[in-house]
Amino acid sequence: MRLKFVAVLLVLLPAIGLAASVPKMKMDHVEIALNNKTSLQNGAKLFVNYCLSCHSAQYMRYNRMAVDLGIPEDVVKKNMIFTDTKIGDLMETTMNVKDATTWFGVAPPDLSLIGRLRDPEWLYNYLRSFYLDESSPSGWNNVVFENVAMPHALYELQGQRRAVFKTVTDADGQTVERLDHFELIKPGKMTLEEYDDAMKDLTNFLVYLGEPAKMVRTKYGIWVIVFLLVFGALAFALKKEYWRDVH
Amino acid sequence: MSFIDWLDERFPATKVWKEHFSEYYAPKNFNFWYFFGSLALVVLILQIVTGILLAMNYKPDAELAFASVEYIMRDVWGGWFVRYMHSTGASMFFVVIYLHMFRGLLYGSYRNPRELIWIFGMVLYLAMMATAFFGYLLPWGQMSFWGAQVIVNLFETLPFIGGALSEWIRGDYVISDITLNRFYAFHYLIPFILVGLVFLHIVSLHKVGSNNPDGIEIKKGPKGNKWSKDAPADSIPFHPYYTVKDLMGLVVFLIVFFTIVFFMPEMGGYFLEQPNFEPANPLKTPDHIAPVWYFTPYYAILRAVPSFAGTQVWGVLAMGASIAMFFILPWLDRSPVKSVRYKGPIFKFCLTIFAISFVVLGYLGTQPPTPGLTLLAQVFTIIYFAFFLLMPIYSKMDKTKPVPERLTK
Repeated sequence: MRLKFVAVLLVLLPAIGLAASVPKMKMDHVEIALNNKTSLQNGAKLFVNYCLSCHSAQYMRYNRMAVDLGIPEDVVKKNMIFTDTKIGDLMETTMNVKDATTWFGVAPPDLSLIGRLRDPEWLYNYLRSFYLDESSPSGWNNVVFENVAMPHALYELQGQRRAVFKTVTDADGQTVERLDHFELIKPGKMTLEEYDDAMKDLTNFLVYLGEPAKMVRTKYGIWVIVFLLVFGALAFALKKEYWRDVH
Repeated sequence: MSFIDWLDERFPATKVWKEHFSEYYAPKNFNFWYFFGSLALVVLILQIVTGILLAMNYKPDAELAFASVEYIMRDVWGGWFVRYMHSTGASMFFVVIYLHMFRGLLYGSYRNPRELIWIFGMVLYLAMMATAFFGYLLPWGQMSFWGAQVIVNLFETLPFIGGALSEWIRGDYVISDITLNRFYAFHYLIPFILVGLVFLHIVSLHKVGSNNPDGIEIKKGPKGNKWSKDAPADSIPFHPYYTVKDLMGLVVFLIVFFTIVFFMPEMGGYFLEQPNFEPANPLKTPDHIAPVWYFTPYYAILRAVPSFAGTQVWGVLAMGASIAMFFILPWLDRSPVKSVRYKGPIFKFCLTIFAISFVVLGYLGTQPPTPGLTLLAQVFTIIYFAFFLLMPIYSKMDKTKPVPERLTK
């Protein structure tokens, strides 16, 4: 009887732990495909053009990215490096930390590991959820990351939007504010579908950037496991042969 | 004269080989649970080898540590592989050791005449926890920093000496570069002490001989088998029989190990915690600080004990006591039989709920505390201690089964 009680408790445990903070909107799923070089290259292009001016990726080298993403070094030098930085250098930002702190109130964090610190889904939704907000110092706010110091760096692509919220009653009977919809005020260079696709590529790139080894580790892993299975079969046969004397 | 003869005249090579391998007679009925001793040794060696390789590129400096780990992950050839083996190895070491200890609980391997083996094992376990704790600071991520801060602050609760003691451990008022340096020194040192303790653990084991799933002393039984006329009848030479069997176990273990290394090195945030991908920031406390999973049962016990008489020291004492319980275990068990196979229903029930309480406490230790969860942790903390403290009573009144003369299958 008590064992049964314990078993029930064990089953219920994960449910108790789930009471974490709920975002104000439904998070859209994003598919990460590190084997999609075109997507990664496009993500890299967006990253160096829009992110790298304020954020750094100070643990990552340009030439490593070039090799991993199949971008020729001269193309990287010509189109992705805008300073006298060398191809073997780390991807540092030109922005001064002190200036950045004055402008944004906080220095933009390094993005090398953002793909591991945050879930890909969070990144994808965050990048798509900026809206105009006069009450914020930068004029921008974000549904996924409320009161974030960062302005919408990609607004020229996505356009300018307003967020319309509604109040709903959640499962616990509390009234909470939820996003109803975004209102497009001024269109950007891309349609919303194009923008979503671009952010998919950027998220994909950020995941790669977080762990470049991810490109190869699963590939090696399969061979290691195959070897161990074969070796295991031999080890099992060896054991069986020896243990004939015992049984 | 062969080289071996030359060597044997100067060093007992053949003698040691015979005593500990080819003519070490072990019970013939070792089962699944007996793989974990040799696996623990393999993981220890793996940790030392990968650790030395990491040390060649790691910088124990608060300004450089985090970046040097990323340098290993990105720029050092094969660095990510070595680091994932080391981080996975740390967790898998505890998995293996917990299963190894549970084997001891199942078959009464801590009982007379093996109390000292068990004590050496517990000292090993403590040294291992110390190594893991020191090592966890080294990547200098948010969880490294705040985890160390929380653990070192525990000493602060001790009356009178607390403040001075925690300051002495840190070498500073907060976790700092100084702390990182000394933790690195200890993290490198203690594994070699572990090797020494393993030596003592094995020497004492080979003095009295291995226990077995039946908990029968085979040395007291009939003598003579196909390999030796003096060895216990129910024994077989460790080499080649258990070396080939352990090799098989090793391969199965490595399949699990490398599946984690190559396909899920973070292990869902349990082996590598997500907040640790952000560099340590003394000004920014994470929302929720949790130690790595292998410490969480004790952490849950720590948090479960309420503070009273104006101090929180009781939780710290309870946590210390929860580990100390294992040390006195050999003298708590009063059952006439060793193995769970011949113990009665009360012991089986107690052991089962103890195992459940350990797992549940481990889970609770990873979660942010809520009143409901704290109550649950309190219930399981009581179960945890009751398993040990009531053992002299229930192990004596339990109805045991007769133990056979010879080993069963």
